[in-house]
Formats: sequence, structure tokens, C-alpha cells
Amino acid sequence: MSAAAIAGSFPTGFSWALGRDLRIAWRHPGETLLVIAFFVLVASLFPLGVGAEPQLLERVGPGVIWVCALLAAFLSLPGMFAGDYADGSLEQMALSPHPMPGWVAGKIAAHWMSTGLPLTLLSPLLGLQYGLKADTLAVMAFALFLGTPVLSLLGAACTALTLGARGGGMLLALLALPLFVPLLIFGAGAAEAQASGLSPAPHLSLLGAALIVAAMALPGAVCVAIRIALD
Amino acid sequence: MSAIEARDLACSRGLAPLFRHVAFGVASGEWLALRGANGSGKTTLLRCVAGLTRLDAGEVLWDGVATREAAGEFRARLLYSGHSAGVKDDLSAAQNLRDALALRAAPATEEALNDALAHVGLEKRRHLPARRLSAGQKRRIGLARLALDPASLWLLDEPLTALDDEGQRIFTGLLRRHLDRGGLALVATHHDVSPAPARELRLGS
Repeated sequence: MSAAAIAGSFPTGFSWALGRDLRIAWRHPGETLLVIAFFVLVASLFPLGVGAEPQLLERVGPGVIWVCALLAAFLSLPGMFAGDYADGSLEQMALSPHPMPGWVAGKIAAHWMSTGLPLTLLSPLLGLQYGLKADTLAVMAFALFLGTPVLSLLGAACTALTLGARGGGMLLALLALPLFVPLLIFGAGAAEAQASGLSPAPHLSLLGAALIVAAMALPGAVCVAIRIALD
Repeated sequence: MSAIEARDLACSRGLAPLFRHVAFGVASGEWLALRGANGSGKTTLLRCVAGLTRLDAGEVLWDGVATREAAGEFRARLLYSGHSAGVKDDLSAAQNLRDALALRAAPATEEALNDALAHVGLEKRRHLPARRLSAGQKRRIGLARLALDPASLWLLDEPLTALDDEGQRIFTGLLRRHLDRGGLALVATHHDVSPAPARELRLGS
């Protein structure tokens, strides 16, 4: 056979999946815009609902924004693998010469860049509605910057587990939302600590540790779940 | 020269055994036709050979090496085309093809890409999003992929579905060229395809 030797590698698979998913998100921006609109709307409804008392708003602000970011990120999870699973792209990726963790990590990175990153960038603007101070806003945005990739990683594992299952959406909520709880506690805790004059460093360190552990462990788990779904 | 050999394959879906003691060998320049009634396990057999579905027993050898041991190298030699075309509706035919080839670490030049799309009759529609193409036209993107991918082994599941007479002629032309170059193919099909298969494997009997 005269075919040139073709070899796959982790970085090629990663950049292939990242580029492709970002291109699809760019061509079809509805989903990303929906997630952002949901985040902005829900976070803006709270001040209207709980009343315009400045102290109360400042107190609940970081927590509310974290919950909104969490739900918005959750909204975008089902689309992560389900479309590729339905149209046969996922099996083509599984049969590519690239090692599976490479393109899986690329897809997760693309998901974060099209949901978690815009949410993080928007969060200081929404924080202004709650009268948060500049340093609190910065800590909150940094906590989201560390926390939203973990949401994408955890969400990827959960959505890969529900591939091909009937009623996958509800199942995904039951699986994923409880796993998001520690992130919510430490994420919102960082901004609250800053607002009350304490150091946010312990919370941020824990978020960073969670990110490292999730980035090391979860792509492998996603691969196993995808293999089971394709079997 | 390459060869694929399957020994004593068995697979079951749930509790029901689908096939057992399936064995075949295909050498360079040959293609094997998988025949059998609906539900007899043709698709599952192809997925087992590709490594997507786990075998209950048996092994598949590529050039004498078990594919389970050298999965990455085997996948680099392998082109699988299943029921679903693997086409992204939001991207154009040309972009779909470009992505598919880049995924296989076999990028093609723009010129080769355009030639292949022209060969399968999509030159005027190459910039349309795939959602505006018919089922047969989406299949033709797959044909263009067959024309450009350097894989030695084709695993094709009903490649003629949704293709018109001209599309079928294009397919047989591509298959003949692939075999002439020393390629191999396993094709599950209900159609009579020329060149005639070197062997037939009948499942479910």
C-alpha cells in the first residue's frame, strides 16, 4: 500500500476538536447567545425580586451570580456530545488515529471558551447591579475563571454518561447539579470572604486544586463513557 | 501488501447471540461483501472489526498483528462509514470534508478538495451549509472523502443508500480504484456491486 504513514497525536487531536467546535459555535451562535442571555436575564431578575435594599443585594450578589452561571453552564451541556453522537461524528472521532483524550479535551476546551469564558467576562457587569465593590468583583470574576472550566469538565463527564439514554436531560440534571455544589460553595465563598474583609486565597486555592484534579482525571472518564455509549 | 483476518468472532446484543464463529480473510485488492437479512448483525460486525463494539470472543488481525494491541496504528489505516454520514449540518460540504480529512491526519490541498467535490457532483453546492443538501448529496460528501482518504481498509455500511444511479456509478469507480491501488474493503450491502466481491460472507444462517 502506497499510503503515506499517517499518525495521530494528542496535540493534533486537541487542536482539531477545539478549532472545529469553535467554528461550529461561531457559525451557529444561537446556543452560546442563549446561554449568555439566560445568565444576564436571571441575574437581573433577582434584584427586582428581592428588593432594592443595598445591603441585602451586596450580601446575596456573589452567590446569586454563581448560581446563575452554574445553571447557564448546565443549559449548554446536553449539546456537548449529543449532536456529534446523533450524526455519526462521534464515532468518526473515536476511529481517528488521534488518542481519544486529545480530542475530548479539545471539545471540553471549546465548550468552556464558548460558554464559561463569556460568562466569566460578563460577571463583573452583572455584579454592578448588586452594588459589589471593585475588589469583590475582581475576586468573583477570578473565582469564575477558575471554576467554570471545572463546570465544563464535570459536565462533560455527566453528559457523556447520559449519551443515548432516554430522558437524558433530566438524568443529566440529577447527575451534574449535585457535583457542582462544592464549586458553588468555594466560588461564592471567595467573593464573600473578600467582601467581609477576609482573604479569599483559601477558597481560590481550593478552586485551583479542583481545576487541576478535574483536568487530570475527567477527560479519561469522559473517554470511557463515550466508548460505552458507542459500544 | 496488507491483509485483514478475522478469527472466530462472536458478538451478542444483550442476552441474544448475534453471530458466532465468524471468520474471514481479505487481502490487498480484494473486497468482501457482507450479506444477510436485516438484523443479522452486518453493522455490528463492521463495528466490531473497527473496534467500536466489543467482541465476546475472537480476534481481528491486521498484517498478522491483533488490532486490539495496535489500535492506534490500525485506526490510522481504517476508514469507517456508518449509517449516519458524520456530516455537520451547520458547516458547508467543503468544510465538512476538510474537517473529516484533518481528523484523519490526512489534510488535502484546496485543489484536491475541489476536484473531489466536483467528481461527486457537488462543485456548485460546496459552500452551502450541509442542512440544505439532500440525503443523497450528504452521502456524496462521504464519497468525496473516500476519494481523498489514504486509508488502506474501508469498512462501509450500506454505502449505496440514498445514492442515485450516477452516485452508485461514482462509488463503484472509487471502489475499483481503491482495489487497484492495493486497498481492501469490507462492505455490507444488499446491492450487486461491480467489481464483484472476492468473497461473500453471509450472516444469520
